[in-house]
Parts: sequence; structure tokens; C-alpha cells
Amino acid sequence: MLLHTPATTFGLRPDLAAIASHVKFGSRVLDIGCGDGALMDALQTQMGCDARGMELDGEQVERCVSRGLSVVQGDANLDLANYPDKAFDYAILSQTLQTATRPDLMLDELLRVGRRAFVSFPNFAHWRTRMALLLGGRMPVTRALPVSWYATQNIHHVTVEDFRDLARMKGATIERAWFFSGEKQIGAPAANWRAEFAVFELSR
Amino acid sequence: MNAAPPVSPVYRLPHPLPLDSGQALDGCEIAYEAYGTLADDKSNAVLVCHALTGDQYLASPHPITGKPGWWERMVGPGKPIDTNRHFVICANVIGSCMGSSGPASLAPDGQPYAMRFPVITIRDMVRGLVALLDGLGIAKLHAVVGGSMGGMQALSLAANWPERAARVLVIASTARHSAQNIAFHEVGRQAIMADPAWAGGDYYASEAKPDNGLAVARMAAHITYLSEAGLTEKFGRRLQDREAKGFNFDAEFQVESYLRYQGSGFTRRFDANSYLYITRAMDYFDIAEEHGGKLADAFAGTQARFCLVSFDTDWLYPTSESRHIVHALNAAGAKVSFVELSAPHGHDSFLLEHDQLDRVVKGFVE
Repeated sequence: MLLHTPATTFGLRPDLAAIASHVKFGSRVLDIGCGDGALMDALQTQMGCDARGMELDGEQVERCVSRGLSVVQGDANLDLANYPDKAFDYAILSQTLQTATRPDLMLDELLRVGRRAFVSFPNFAHWRTRMALLLGGRMPVTRALPVSWYATQNIHHVTVEDFRDLARMKGATIERAWFFSGEKQIGAPAANWRAEFAVFELSR
Repeated sequence: MNAAPPVSPVYRLPHPLPLDSGQALDGCEIAYEAYGTLADDKSNAVLVCHALTGDQYLASPHPITGKPGWWERMVGPGKPIDTNRHFVICANVIGSCMGSSGPASLAPDGQPYAMRFPVITIRDMVRGLVALLDGLGIAKLHAVVGGSMGGMQALSLAANWPERAARVLVIASTARHSAQNIAFHEVGRQAIMADPAWAGGDYYASEAKPDNGLAVARMAAHITYLSEAGLTEKFGRRLQDREAKGFNFDAEFQVESYLRYQGSGFTRRFDANSYLYITRAMDYFDIAEEHGGKLADAFAGTQARFCLVSFDTDWLYPTSESRHIVHALNAAGAKVSFVELSAPHGHDSFLLEHDQLDRVVKGFVE
């Protein structure tokens, strides 16, 4: 299913823009790995959301707090356990799944604390990545994955198809999905080849 | 007791102050300082709570030591807690010795209370602060802010008077005193009570005060406020005013000399009995226990926004204590921020220069 999402919504990165324009107005949101709080800020000011964040990096947290956001410094691998069941309308995990110790367990936690979850991640089956490995014989360094294998925070490399399988295995329903090549939104057909980034909205 | 007569305004409670012990304190007085202007709708009040040996001289010179206010760096015009925008109040807690009712105050019989002063708790201190706010006509604080014991008061206010503050900022603090915290305090109390001049607490009329005991208590506590790295950086094993070891018990090392200085300076401005009462209040502190054993229940339904800050070198109230509170606030569905800041100076970091702390405080209180 292709839904039109203007790439510039609230001046956010395309995957965040897709998320921001599809949360319901006034909902309770937890942004896991919220970085400098750009998405939370947009959700609070544009969508009337009650947004909370979690972020590992202390300097990013300080930036969030000093701009008036409610952000807790913590490790999503451990600290999500402290949130009650269905405490949020949405749990958001953007560009963080591939850095999780156990992405499968983190997905469980997302769907436990949120009624719905948004998950965005770089697609490791994108043709550039495939070509780099196939032809160069080296771990890909592409525009979507710009860091060398030894320095990357990505420890579990996931593709669009892998994620669909994981969602199925976890009994989660894929409500919607968005795929991006660079800044541009592309269609679902052959997304596993063509998408550099994917965003999924899940429920259970 | 060497404290000068209070120069701060003093609020005399119109009613006896009920205490957790079941007693009530008659004629209770609370000395406070205020900075900035209270808005017509009284919506811009910020209450700053002081730590164990602090007082109301938050952003103005201390009348005894002549030193700048203890958080002058943080509070003032254009500073993170901006007195151009906010009306900032800091009161001396009950049990203390800078103008609020404490063991050095006169009992109805005209003699100092000394050890007849009722044992108080952190919640009792906050009850006194709330009474002061009532007296000032302030129904709801824009923010309550505190570090260390001040953070305990801020948490106690949030847990017991949740409608009285919109924002709660807790720095380098805890929701309960640990066995280690209690143990350090007991060392201090024993040092005071072992001083012959303490005389069962009845020393106010005599020449000799338990200054030696109080200085030792302060020295022991002061070590807990610093970090090993900070002490090593500041003093190492350097000798004080000498080239070689003297093989005696003078203050040979710089760190010894520093602690003696801290201890003796302290006795000029603080009452030994107040030290006993306030450390006891801190040791009793356990917000979960006050609320049926579950910390999250203490904050159930709160509408306030919380912010907790810890320092990575603070071993007195380590980050894990702040996290414990954050988890409870999350479980209660409260709006909460938390950040662990990096600083070399241990627990005392909240009183020292720290740009990141300034930005967090400014962003949260604004």
C-alpha cells in the first residue's frame, strides 16, 4: 500500500515525516532513540501529542531537556521493561532496530508498551548494498550506510523481507508501510531491492 | 551556636505545625529569602530547597561567612533560574539554625529546645515550606528545585502535595536513604555526641561548644561529597607547607589540612544539634515507605513535569538512585526527563561550574 507522504512534513527526515503525519492528533507517544528530539518536537507542537523520549546519549538528552522535552537517558535494550503495558498509543523506533541487542525482543517490548508501533530501519537488501558486497567483496559503505563495518553501530542487519517475516512470527499486523530511496518515497513493489529505508506501522 | 540573629524575613506559622512523629510544633518560625518579583497572579514562584548544611542565602551574601549565596551561579537576573522572570524563594528548613525553628530556638519556657526539639522528617520540613507558601498566598509553584537533601524535599512535595508544583527538578538526590548513607551520618552524629562539650545537647549557655565533634562530622561528610579522582587531582599525596614527613600527627598532607579547614569553618555557621536533627531526618527519608511500599504509588496521577539529574562521579547518591525514581515516575505515567551528566567532582558537582547543568536547569525551569 502506497500512501502519499510529503517528504518535507514539519521539516523532518523522510522516515520521521512519514511517522509524524500518520500518528493520530493528541495521542501519547514514546520515541525510543529520540536523538535530538526533532520528531518529538514536531509531534508535540504540530500534532498535539504527549510525547516522551528515550535516548542513550547524554548530550542528546541534555539538548532535548533544554528544549523542554521529556526525555529519559536510558538503554532501550534494558529500560523499556520499566514502562507499563499499553502506556502509549504509539511506540516509535526510528533507525534503532538494527542496533538493538535482540531486535526480536525489542519488537515485543514496542508492541507491549504501545498500542501501535512505528519502526524505521535501513534496508540491507537495497541494490547498492547487494552490489557492493557482490562485486566488491567487501562490507558495503553506501550513502544509506555510510560507516565502515568496524565502526558501525548496526549489529543486526535487517532487510524489508526479514522484517516482514519477523512481524509475522511475532503475530504483529503490518498496518502500513512506506519505502524511501534517498529523499523520495517509492512504491511497495520490489521494495526489498529498491528501498534504502523502510517504515512500518504495526499492531498486535 | 554562633549564628548571628537572623536578618531574613521570618514567617511565623499561625497554627501549630503537625509532625510525622505525632507531635506538633507550636510557634513555628520559618526564615526565608526571596529574589525577583511575584507576578500579580502569583504564577511565577520557584521554590529552591537547600541541602543538609545549606540555608536560605541562595543568591545573596551569607551574613556570617560573607561568602556569596550557595547557588548564586544558578539564580539571578539572566541566570538559568532567572529572577527577571521568576520570584525565587529559599527558606531555611525547620530543625536548622539560620532563623527557622530548630533545636537552638527558644522553647515556650524561654530556654533553648536543645534535644527537647521534636525529631523531624523531610516531610515535616516540606510541611513547613508549604505553610510558608500558604502565608505568601502562593497556591501553585511554577517549579520546585533542589539538589541533594533539597531534591528529597522537592520529591516529598511532589509526592505529598502534588497540586502545589507544576515542575519538579531533582538534582543528585534519592527517594530513600541507603544503609551506606545512614552509616556515614551515624559517624557524624557519634562524633558530635562523643564531644564532652556536647553535654547531652545542653551547651547553649556554656562557653564550650561541641565544635570538635561537629568539625569531625563535617570532615567525614565532606569526603562523601567529593570523588576520589577529584581529591587526587586537587591534593594527591602532596605535603602541606613542608618538604618531608614530620613523623607526627599534624596536618601533614594537603588533604588533611583542607578537611580541617572545612571542619573549622563549618562550626562558625552551624549548630551541632541541628546537624543531629537534620541528618536524622534524611536517614528516615523513604518516600516509598510513606506510600505503602511502592514508589510509583507516591506519584500516581501526578500532573507535574519532572526532571532528574545525576552525576557520574557521585557515589553518595549515585545515578542508580535517580534511575530508580525515573522508573517509578514512568510507571506512574508522569512526564519525566532524566540525564546523567559527566563531572569530575562527585556529589558536590551540582554546586560547581557546569554548563550542561545550567542548560538543563534553564530549559526545564523556563
